[in-house]
Amino acid sequence: MGIFERFKQGLKKSRGALFGRLGHLFSSNRLDDSVYEEMEEAFLAADMGMETSLQVVERVRRLARENKIQQPSELPPLMAQALTEALEKVDPTPSVAADGPTLVLVVGVNGAGKTTSIGKLAHYYKSQGKKVLLAAGDTFRAAATEQLVAWGERVGCDVVRHVAGADPAAVVYDAIQAAKSRKVDFILCDTAGRLQNKDHLMKELAKIYKVASRELPGSPHEVLLVLDGTTGQNAISQAKVFREVVQVSGIVLTKLDGTAKGGVVLPIVQELGIPVKWVGLGESKEDLQPFSARAFAESLCEEE
Amino acid sequence: MFEALSSSLQKALSKLRSKGKLTEEDVALAMREVRLALLAADVNVKVIKQFVDRVRERAVGVDVQNSLTPGQQVVKIVYEELTELMGGEQAKIKMAAKPPTVIMLVGLQGAGKTTTIAKLALSFKQHEHRPLLIAADVYRPAAIQQLEVLGTQIDVPVFQLGQSQLPKEIVRQGLRAAQAQGADIVLVDTAGRLHIDEDLMKELEDIQSLAEPDEVLLVVDAMTGQDAVHVAETFHQRLSLTGVILTKLDGDARGGAALTIRSATGCPIKYVGLGEKIEPLQPFHPDRMASRILGMGDVLSLIERAEQTVDMEKAREMEQKMRNASFTLDDFREMFQQVRNLGPLDQIMKMIPGMNKMKGLENVDLGDKRFLRMDAIITSMTKEERANPDVMNASRRRRVAMGSGTTVREVNQVLNQFEQTRQMMKKFSGIGKKMGRRNALSALKSLGMDGGIPNLQDELGKLPLSAEGSNFPKSRRHHKKKKK
Repeated sequence: MGIFERFKQGLKKSRGALFGRLGHLFSSNRLDDSVYEEMEEAFLAADMGMETSLQVVERVRRLARENKIQQPSELPPLMAQALTEALEKVDPTPSVAADGPTLVLVVGVNGAGKTTSIGKLAHYYKSQGKKVLLAAGDTFRAAATEQLVAWGERVGCDVVRHVAGADPAAVVYDAIQAAKSRKVDFILCDTAGRLQNKDHLMKELAKIYKVASRELPGSPHEVLLVLDGTTGQNAISQAKVFREVVQVSGIVLTKLDGTAKGGVVLPIVQELGIPVKWVGLGESKEDLQPFSARAFAESLCEEE
Repeated sequence: MFEALSSSLQKALSKLRSKGKLTEEDVALAMREVRLALLAADVNVKVIKQFVDRVRERAVGVDVQNSLTPGQQVVKIVYEELTELMGGEQAKIKMAAKPPTVIMLVGLQGAGKTTTIAKLALSFKQHEHRPLLIAADVYRPAAIQQLEVLGTQIDVPVFQLGQSQLPKEIVRQGLRAAQAQGADIVLVDTAGRLHIDEDLMKELEDIQSLAEPDEVLLVVDAMTGQDAVHVAETFHQRLSLTGVILTKLDGDARGGAALTIRSATGCPIKYVGLGEKIEPLQPFHPDRMASRILGMGDVLSLIERAEQTVDMEKAREMEQKMRNASFTLDDFREMFQQVRNLGPLDQIMKMIPGMNKMKGLENVDLGDKRFLRMDAIITSMTKEERANPDVMNASRRRRVAMGSGTTVREVNQVLNQFEQTRQMMKKFSGIGKKMGRRNALSALKSLGMDGGIPNLQDELGKLPLSAEGSNFPKSRRHHKKKKK
């Protein structure tokens, strides 16, 4: 199965839900305002937010006019096109260090799926023949380190860890030293979940960032914000605040194998210009895929 | 309450000045704003539709009270309807006639089940119950260890059989262990799962039919978006939920999922979780949730807290002083101590409408250390200096800095801040009568009059809270200019 198909397969449920809403619309044979109103509502129901939903609907309306479309059934490809355009403004290619180890810092709110995403990311890079080291930077939550260690065993890579309650910046420091001596390609740093309005925790994160950039110049090469695909408009606030503190360079959108559509990434891409780089589509270690705007958009809008 | 409406709403409605009955036009205009507010809060679109229709029906033709504008009147109705929709009787945990009471927690991955179960156990423990936790999450790596660590923290036993047994078997044996240990509450931690995962949902049904729980509680992340409706509906269909626990409400999400879930399932929200620290769960307040969803901030909670902690007698005295402008450093110190008593500043700021969206606030150091230092500086002064700060010459400033372990610069800052506050007090005095009730809030604002807070003065002026004193923003800006 190619990446594209796999991606679509994982998103089947999301597609079902959005298309289910619109199915009856496209079967009607009059293209009037009520169709666009329903379309707007479907976008809203995908967590795209008011402003972005309106923009995308407007774009579809214009595309329909330009292409002289008469039938609602011809709309889905245009919707996919509009969504793709909105998402393609930014480059989703993962960043890597020009030479030496690439340090990836993974951040996000509690329960977004950071540790699991790191496990899957480690598997992805391992399967590409890279040497991966994990840093157990969540020293706060009970058994978070154990969870990462379990992933390390499952995937087959080393984990740098400290005791519970240790300074996460120190864990990252040690991981960088270890990576240098072991000739590692990727350092994936886990961090504790933190809500973006907790000032002291955001400061802790800033410190981790600072230590990383000092010990390994040019790093973190990638700062991934993990967003739960079921999250609503609060995700925008998360992206804003995390970007300000640690210069988020990409988003990992998780839990898209459910019925949630993760549409909130559209306003994030639109307003903040942060690209989605990875998508979590399931429980197994293979279920993290590079993001493709077209596959994502088409999955949401097109029939089987 | 109603002077504290979200500012967009206020702006849209300020044009309406008609008296008498609410017209269809009044209501329609207000409803558009309400719809936007609810959307921004992640209330499900269908739920919004139903809700707005219902409110519209009720609102048209209602008499506008003298004290309110038509817009405010509509929002009052919206607020009441929201509160009612999420409320009803205070929902408590149903206890089994014959112990143990079995409670099962279910939900999506990452909703906060394990943390919540520890908090729930702690709440029961504090009420002289003997809870037992059953670790039935055999899928997520280290989930069992997490529960064990938490169990040790709160001194509650955890039953587990490792990851190799079936969850159903773990629960079966766990219940037997509960009988043997004389536990009267059994809390079952289940693995997070997608509501569309047929196998895992079946597993939950199996556990349910075996354990016959008195409560099946759905744990939901307050940040959940539109999909909350699917999740709640499916879990409810499969397991006949008895209630909901809303977690991560200490974040800045508006929590519209609460309303969505309530209307989709009819299940009451029994508790809310605030933070990762293991402390007892908080009861759910529909009225506060309603104002949070509408973006009015949790003003009620703040006022309540202020009433509890701010000494009313002192507040009145302070008010008097403000009006006479006989405000001294001692009063200044007392004022910020009262504010400190309200709780951690970042939490307080969050509760004030508009504050959470304020520009520049993220740069503000809300650490309580600043207060400690200010306290040290003021207490290092002599009585005379405190009563009359004008005598503070360079030598005195140096002495105070040494005495308080700070620098002359910091002493100067405190004195400047005090002077600014005093200046502002004079301006306040014209509308002093209104100050008493919201003394804490005003005090809080004046504390923010610190050079390190860009835009705060302007932004505060825009806060709906101070909207009634329309001369506020003007006088503040004026003041700022003078400083330059």
